[in-house]
Amino acid sequence: MSFSITEPKKGTKWFAGVLVVGYALITIAPLLWIIATGFKSPTDSISYPPKVIFDPSLEGYVNLFTDRTRATDDMLEAKGEPQTWYEQIARDQGTIISGPSRYGERFLNSIIIGFGSTALCMVLGTAAAYAFSRFRVPLKDDLLFFILSTRMMPPIAVAIPIFLMFRNLGLNDTHLGMILLYTAVNLSLSVWLLKGFIDEIPVEYEEAALIDGYTRFQAFYKVVLPQAATGIASTAIFCLIFAWNEYAFAVLLTSGTAQTAPPFIPTIIGVGGKDWPAVAAGATIFLVPVMVFTILLRKHLLRGITFGAVRK
Amino acid sequence: MAEVTLAGIAKNFGSDVALDDVTMTIPDGSFVVLLGPTGAGKTTTLRMVSGLDKPDRGQICIDGRDMAGLTPAQRNVAMVFQQYSLYPHITVRQNLEFPLKSPILKTPKDVIDQKVGEIAEILQISHKLDNKATELSGGEMQRVSIGRALVRRPSVYLMDEPLSSLDAKLRADLRVELKSIQADSGATLLYVTHDQIEAMTMATHVGVLDKGRLVQFGSPREIYEDPVSIYAASRLGLPRINVLPADVFVGAPEGANQIGLRPEQIMQGEGEDSFVQRVEHLGDQTRLHLNFKSHDIITVTDAHTELRTGDIVKIRPNKPFYFGADGARVA
Repeated sequence: MSFSITEPKKGTKWFAGVLVVGYALITIAPLLWIIATGFKSPTDSISYPPKVIFDPSLEGYVNLFTDRTRATDDMLEAKGEPQTWYEQIARDQGTIISGPSRYGERFLNSIIIGFGSTALCMVLGTAAAYAFSRFRVPLKDDLLFFILSTRMMPPIAVAIPIFLMFRNLGLNDTHLGMILLYTAVNLSLSVWLLKGFIDEIPVEYEEAALIDGYTRFQAFYKVVLPQAATGIASTAIFCLIFAWNEYAFAVLLTSGTAQTAPPFIPTIIGVGGKDWPAVAAGATIFLVPVMVFTILLRKHLLRGITFGAVRK
Repeated sequence: MAEVTLAGIAKNFGSDVALDDVTMTIPDGSFVVLLGPTGAGKTTTLRMVSGLDKPDRGQICIDGRDMAGLTPAQRNVAMVFQQYSLYPHITVRQNLEFPLKSPILKTPKDVIDQKVGEIAEILQISHKLDNKATELSGGEMQRVSIGRALVRRPSVYLMDEPLSSLDAKLRADLRVELKSIQADSGATLLYVTHDQIEAMTMATHVGVLDKGRLVQFGSPREIYEDPVSIYAASRLGLPRINVLPADVFVGAPEGANQIGLRPEQIMQGEGEDSFVQRVEHLGDQTRLHLNFKSHDIITVTDAHTELRTGDIVKIRPNKPFYFGADGARVA
């Protein structure tokens, strides 16, 4: 059970450090660029050479959350002084805010569909993975392969049958439909990942719990689940990221009520010229939930798999 | 506590025979030790009684009730696993409380605290109660796993080599402790071990298993003094019984193929010559490695013997065991 870690040489440590920092910079740079662009004015956002130092502006965010109409000077004057800071920003562009944009709704749709499908996927995935890991399931290997095979082609390859199916079932453009769809797509991944994690948990723990007077379900709940937390957390992050970022199905199957943010963000471009700051603002806000979710589950990710108190 | 009976238990894992028609009665309040090498079916027997595995054939009764189809929880058995199987995500205290808090027992808080305290005291782990189960040494884990069984009052305790990874002193302490707990409480205990000292000192009954068959069941003395076969005779006794062709000594009975000689069955100073090859002084006794008609014999002699390598000792058998060609006892 004991293992030793050899302390690496100083040079090796430096090299590793430089490598990690370099990789981090490359990864984070586009992210920072998007965030910065969200706070630029439309002119700054497309200036060449690109501006690193610029006058921050909330124009992008205002444009993201509002619908505006272009107005003549006469009309602006007739309106009187702007009442709020965001009206002021709109007025500076020669526009009048005509109402809130649909970004808020789309964002909420993304949250409902993304987290809903992730939760459903975790419940079903954990149950299936546990069964595959612990019970003698007839045709187990074939079933597992079949489950994996649903992931072998790009999901969009089945878009047309799904579209027809959804139309017949009345699931087109509904939250439930999208939750079910994303769950179905993610389930193969979650069953396989979770089965790996549950396989690592020695069956002796459950046997001990069975002997200690617990039912199988209680043993699963009290002994297996806490130890599978790491695996469940990382799998949940994978599922959420897929459901959150999914674009093709969202374009195809949603339009009004259940449209998620990804298909909505590009439509911002079309409103009154190429409004890159608004697009960047939309993308920035869109990044936040996955980031928060990942940070919240970070503890479980970093903890790794507990090396248990079972003698090997 | 209860009597446990196994009747005609058989179990195969694929084409491997794990248990073959095992029948035995574990009397109420007895301490039964199962002996045998790895693969003999000792652990499988425990798992059958516990309900973790189901026999292919045969019947198990605890306290007269047929256990078929009952879960481990319904059987009310406690088990100490060879691999400890402590719950790694909780503390030692929570591990010990776990069986008491089960939906079947639902023990009140003050009783839990008292029992956990008592057991921790006996097993010398009181100072580790608030450690995570993963932060213990192997010996400590093993003691916690014994404790997790002892906090309960099950109908039978099942223990799978519970002392195997303890150091010699602790093992000796716990041997005495376990035996006295069992004797005081009248607990029925089914115990698996490789260690013949554990078998000799703790058992009221010993069951000798060979490739899934129960070859002999009786008190440790019976098995030591009246083994049914070479195999059973080899399970107990240190140094091990010497087995030689029967015809090296005169007086072998009809059908005897081999002769079995425990150290006390070798009379020194009479009979035929043997050569001393090695002398091992162990303190309280001395082991002699002898060569007799080009057969090796290990026996025991006086602690203060003057014998040296190269000396000649006369030996003759004294009420030896005789075994047939198949290893079964003939006389």
